[in-house]
Amino acid sequence: MSARYFMRHVLPPVVPAIAVTLTAELAVRQGWVPSFLIPAPSQVVASLLRDWPELWGATLDTADASLIGFAMSIAIGSLIAIALSSAPWVQRAFYPYAVFFQTVPIIAIAPLLVIWFGWDRTVVASAFIVSIFPIIANTLTGLLSTDPALRDLFRLYDARRLATLVKLRLPFALPHIMTGLRIGAGLAVIGAIVGEFITGAGIGGSIIVSRQQNRVDKVFAGLLLASLLGIALFMVINLISRLALRHWHASEAGE
Amino acid sequence: MQLDVTPTALSGIAVDLRSIRRVFPGPVTAVDGVDLHIAPGEFVAILGPSGCGKSTLLKIIAGLDIPDSGSVQVAPVRNAHRSIGYVFQDAYLLPWRNVMSNVALPLELIGVTRTERLAAAANAIERVGLADAMARYPAELSGGMRMRVSLARALVTNPSLLLLDEPFAALDEITRQELDEQLHQLWYEKRMTVIFVTHSIIEATFLAQRAVVLTHRPARIVLDHRLELPEMRTAALRIDPQFAGQMRVLFEALERGEEKSV
Repeated sequence: MSARYFMRHVLPPVVPAIAVTLTAELAVRQGWVPSFLIPAPSQVVASLLRDWPELWGATLDTADASLIGFAMSIAIGSLIAIALSSAPWVQRAFYPYAVFFQTVPIIAIAPLLVIWFGWDRTVVASAFIVSIFPIIANTLTGLLSTDPALRDLFRLYDARRLATLVKLRLPFALPHIMTGLRIGAGLAVIGAIVGEFITGAGIGGSIIVSRQQNRVDKVFAGLLLASLLGIALFMVINLISRLALRHWHASEAGE
Repeated sequence: MQLDVTPTALSGIAVDLRSIRRVFPGPVTAVDGVDLHIAPGEFVAILGPSGCGKSTLLKIIAGLDIPDSGSVQVAPVRNAHRSIGYVFQDAYLLPWRNVMSNVALPLELIGVTRTERLAAAANAIERVGLADAMARYPAELSGGMRMRVSLARALVTNPSLLLLDEPFAALDEITRQELDEQLHQLWYEKRMTVIFVTHSIIEATFLAQRAVVLTHRPARIVLDHRLELPEMRTAALRIDPQFAGQMRVLFEALERGEEKSV
């Protein structure tokens, strides 16, 4: 990594993080903010170190549930989008019900999920419900945006529906699909944690318990791990997206 | 030696349009009462102002659009999807496929085996002079190169009817002339039937054996003219006085077409 790259790309996001951390540390140590409201960053780090086995185990549980829920969203969401894109009437008839997933207050139905799916599967179900809508919506937009000229080209050679879907419409929708995945990935983690608030597992469970014990430092440690998990997932999707679309634009192809 | 292409050409297919009429919702009459017979192996330019319904006519011939009335005959068609090649206004390549696999696409859709289609694609790419670029992706190519790939894709099935919809309109003058010369050369060797839609008088005059001039929307034929030029066209023809004379004929017809529609 060159000094120039470091100055341009690494330093800018790091500076505010350091500034906020130092300010928080100072504010708590000086007694400007009571530590039961906001813990000093050093306390959060201390909690991370002390409670590491427990917190790391919780993070793995949350990661596991988020990934399974997210994978289900991708599989089922894409199929729903393909079905919706098959004819305008299908879309008119069923799309409003897909919006349901967008508007459902997940925290309110989480207890229902426990009844329906049991404790173990509630977290996965919650991650799934929250992350499926952006995947359906973006994939559908992508599938419907196929260039008419390219569709004519495929018609000219009597391409079958399946061939048109696999060789034209899905790849053409890829940039949109990737947008859906990027949004869905973050939401899957949020959905999992909301589910865990009810079931008591993972980071969500740990946050609830820590709050009851007035361990604000441990709540923050959980929050930190949850957001790191979301960021990691986001970066993986970005990498996949870059690889999948590397030929689309000269700027990415040439380098 | 001068040869009239019509009786000698056997590889092309004939197109017969009878009182074609096409009305789009609006209603906008795009094409109104067009009768046109194109013999096998003919190179016909369809010339008209932008948005006059030329593209609609071409789509009707390709079977991509259906006229509201009139009859279309494309014969002899044994397996239609192999015998028609179509070049659009833009290259319309698939950005995720390299040149080779873009050109091979039609054969892939028809169900030709891999070895066979790669050989045919390589051949078509060579014909348009892009042998060096087979492994490159559309985003890495210039506009002219992309259009060549598009042309190669249309040629890969060895069509006996080649339809081109203002294919070089977006290119710079020099590249366009180069591609015109290449296209003419291809036709000269293969003698497929070519229908070339354009709004450029120079292009129509340079390429075609016969030019059909259309009025502005709705498209009707104002002039059906056999160009009085040698069958073999070279770059130098563009500055020939005879060439200018033929351009004038088309120009006057276009003017008449404008007057009629206003």
